[in-house]
Amino acid sequence: MQLSTQHLLGIRDLSPQDIQIILETATQFKEVLQRPIKKVPSLRDVTIVNLFYENSTRTRISFELAEKRLSADTINFAASGSSVSKGETLLDTVNNILSMKVDMVVMRHSATGAPHFLAKHIPAVIVNAGDGINEHPTQGLLDAFSIREKLGKLEGVRVAIIGDIMHSRVAMSNIYLLKKMGAEVMVAGPPTLIPKHMQEAFDVRVEYNVRKALEWCDVANVLRIQLERQNQVLFSSLREYNIAYGISRRLLESLDKEVVIMHPGPINRGVELDSDVADSGQSIILDQVENGVAVRMAVLYLLSPAGRE
Amino acid sequence: MKERSTIMDADQLRLTLRRLAHQLIENHYPFTDTCFIGIQPRGIPVSDFIVRYIRELYPQLNIRYGKLDITFYRDDIRKQLHVPSITDLPFSIEKQKVVLIDDVLYTGRTIRAAMDALLDNGRPERVELCILVDRRYSRELPIQPDYCGKAIDSSITQKVKVYLDGEAKVILYDPEMP
Repeated sequence: MQLSTQHLLGIRDLSPQDIQIILETATQFKEVLQRPIKKVPSLRDVTIVNLFYENSTRTRISFELAEKRLSADTINFAASGSSVSKGETLLDTVNNILSMKVDMVVMRHSATGAPHFLAKHIPAVIVNAGDGINEHPTQGLLDAFSIREKLGKLEGVRVAIIGDIMHSRVAMSNIYLLKKMGAEVMVAGPPTLIPKHMQEAFDVRVEYNVRKALEWCDVANVLRIQLERQNQVLFSSLREYNIAYGISRRLLESLDKEVVIMHPGPINRGVELDSDVADSGQSIILDQVENGVAVRMAVLYLLSPAGRE
Repeated sequence: MKERSTIMDADQLRLTLRRLAHQLIENHYPFTDTCFIGIQPRGIPVSDFIVRYIRELYPQLNIRYGKLDITFYRDDIRKQLHVPSITDLPFSIEKQKVVLIDDVLYTGRTIRAAMDALLDNGRPERVELCILVDRRYSRELPIQPDYCGKAIDSSITQKVKVYLDGEAKVILYDPEMP
């Protein structure tokens, strides 16, 4: 058994069968995480570096935990406080780290395509932990895992991705993955935050009215308004965004069904999601975080340099 | 040697599995501190048979039975990745007598991995090993069965396969021969 790819750069490169294998393996790792000893020796001869050129809480901790639960050795690298500020290039930094015998690189970078560049030039396994506005594949996988766990399937499930689609790598990975697994996908939000031609390019529905999106979907994956990626005014104020596109308890209660609420975090409470929605019983936000460790264990386990020695 | 020989036919297989079950009954009755654990994936048909047989003989007793997947504990992960199966241990193995059940004992590496996987779930009082076919003289680790269905001599290129569904049998064959 093997994935069809050597690296995890994006969901775009995965086959439906790859996704199936990763989700099945993650199910078994989730069981491992319920045991008294939450650790298996699978990767005890593997060294992994976590290269974070951009801030992260959940993803970094989740990857690090996944690596430790697999008994891998880990090194953490944050760009701030490193020689990057002295002008060292990405390739030089990584080659220096690899000369200390590192087998896998988990990388987050604000430049789209940075992990693809590394994969071409260095002999280690690359796992993309988010690159610019392109993809965040492990988030896509853990979202799919959480939906499957909650609803029992992906095929035919209606998922609305709501909010800042334009700047969201989470949206891209989710769209690729859900379409490959036979789910129905809708993107919703203000027209200024939804790229043109989404419908033609990705075969997804586009909706500018959040109420209509919620009426249509089984699952609402609510995205964060990415203030740090916006250098122009795309909506007039956070307050106005909340009134027009935010999800409130009252809005959910006016629907005659229960929509599953997801969010990749960190939440801007009171902007895209109101607090009483984020903390309610129909939100699976913390399950997503829990599942993240199992899914990342599966990815690292399946990509570990097996069969190459 | 023949390329494909039947080590046990359906009748022999059934008799042997029943004998193993009776040996387990002799040593462990009434199973108050004993649990049975089949090793995924190929030990499961064997453990299913044995546990079903004991349960039919003693329907009033609570026979605890679990399944253990050892994929993440294998020492050959660098050579080949395996698809994990389900681990299902719906009870604590703390201070229990655990009987591990597998189909074929060969190098002993699977059992080593199974013991590591088992001990990550608690500290059993004792662990025993029940095996349907023992490929003797081929051990790479100091592991021996406590209950053995049949011991056979085989060469390194040969494989043993146990069929319990359909036409039940155990065969010895050489995959490299036509």
